[in-house]
Amino acid sequence: MKILVCITHVPDTTSKIQFTDNNTQLDKKGVQFIIGPYDDYALARAVELKAETSGNITVLNVGEVETEPTLRKALAIGADEAVRINAAPKDAFFVAKQIANYAKDKAFDLILMGRESIDFNGGMVHGMVGELLGMPSMSPVMKLEIEGDKGKLSREIEGGKEFIEVDLPFIAGCQEPIAEWKIPNMRGIMSARTKPLSVIEPAEEAERTAVNSYEMPPAKGAVKLVDNVDQLVDLLKNDAKIL
Amino acid sequence: MSILVYIEQDQGKIKGSSLEAVSYAAGLSELQGGDVNVLGLGSIEAEEWNKVGGAGANAIYHIGDERLDQGVILAHADAIAKVFEKVGATTLVLAKSSLGDAVAARLAVKLGAGLVSNVVGLPDLSNGFVVKRSIFTGKAFADTSIDTENKILAVKKNIHPIKTDGGEAKVESLDLTISEENFVAKITGAEKAEGEILLPEADVVVSGGRGLKGPENWNMIEELADSLNAAKGCSKPVSDLGWRPHHEHVGQTGVKVAPTLYVAVAISGAIQHLAGVNASKYIVVINNDPDAPFFKAADYGIVGDAFDVVPKLTQAIKALK
Repeated sequence: MKILVCITHVPDTTSKIQFTDNNTQLDKKGVQFIIGPYDDYALARAVELKAETSGNITVLNVGEVETEPTLRKALAIGADEAVRINAAPKDAFFVAKQIANYAKDKAFDLILMGRESIDFNGGMVHGMVGELLGMPSMSPVMKLEIEGDKGKLSREIEGGKEFIEVDLPFIAGCQEPIAEWKIPNMRGIMSARTKPLSVIEPAEEAERTAVNSYEMPPAKGAVKLVDNVDQLVDLLKNDAKIL
Repeated sequence: MSILVYIEQDQGKIKGSSLEAVSYAAGLSELQGGDVNVLGLGSIEAEEWNKVGGAGANAIYHIGDERLDQGVILAHADAIAKVFEKVGATTLVLAKSSLGDAVAARLAVKLGAGLVSNVVGLPDLSNGFVVKRSIFTGKAFADTSIDTENKILAVKKNIHPIKTDGGEAKVESLDLTISEENFVAKITGAEKAEGEILLPEADVVVSGGRGLKGPENWNMIEELADSLNAAKGCSKPVSDLGWRPHHEHVGQTGVKVAPTLYVAVAISGAIQHLAGVNASKYIVVINNDPDAPFFKAADYGIVGDAFDVVPKLTQAIKALK
């Protein structure tokens, strides 16, 4: 089975987010970049499916040269080859277009990615790729089994989950508990150095949306600590006016 | 300039977040003109339409095809695209949700539309079309311009008041055929908590953490939640340990909530958990550790043992009613 896993290169979940250049750029100083946590679940499930079906995994990122260590990490976790589309990810549609353009003649059986990136949180790229390639897309997917040429999956809905059956090929936006995150071992790290990482120039695409500027949320006031439940109820009733 | 709003239903009732999307669209219509057209799919109870009119709809379209009761992503996207064209809309508004996201993404391609998700306010039209959205899981915002004629806005919950005085809107039943190819992904079943308040929709949320020591102690969270008419949530460790189902996990990699009141019981407040709750209007923290980081993000707090405080709080709230 041929699997494509698309990953994002994002600030670690514990990062303090700040902006520079008059609030037009993310301040990357001191920020640790990681594989998007949801993408990491997608990759982990792909590695398991590869073991079950003797498949092959291509990992793809739309990003500039700084994202290559993140792609190498994905190779160390178990992807067979990496592709970097050499462009800053302008918006969701731009990224989706690059992925679809790459995947359209490669006959992937399965395209996995995280349910959303943790920087812009749009959760839109998998659906866009699905529409561009004419494939079904499902998200957020929390369980994924492949039986022959069919996928059996469960998708989270508000208050529970639903079960879906769909023929390959399809696209899934993944989330926990689809698989446990995999930590690369020494053998994986060594072999990742020699696995192929190709760089492809992006397809031309006009951007549909653009960030004009960033902004931080207003500072939160100090907590009002109380000693007992009656004081708390009083605050909720008379200060917040919500009871 | 006409607007189309896609509304979601849950067991025949229109979701609160969808009514909010209708009122948001009414606000948008005041800024840029154009009618607010609303589209509902599947079986929806007849009296529910009054709420849609009240929320600000000018016209309502309904496709009653029962196959659309379930959130079949391709079929919903196909139906919306057809109605968008029929009413001559240029803007699609919908509530951000697990189904809304999946559908909106496909529509962005179908309609050649610029899409902005997690929208937190009406646009600024003084120089193009610029809308604010939440990014980095609520840690920041981005003013984002949409440069295409067709636009899609996926609106975050609790950012716009729901109108109730919008008047009546006529419901037109549409006889659109949704072709079989849109049902290739077959929904074979579902597991859903019956009669519970949906967590992403809830106006009050009560969450418990690992400090509660075990799933057998969740009855006090349930009782507090019942007294507040709240949905139940939990921290990531609690869901990882299997004490509570995954759909209750609130946080960076779980459900992001935006209630009026969030009550955190015995949760320390790791940055990943805070990312899921920072859009709450008021946060109450109950924790026996005065140094728990959650207190820094809270509006009100009690330093105390949850096993002592929570039953008393439940009693006090019941006594109010």
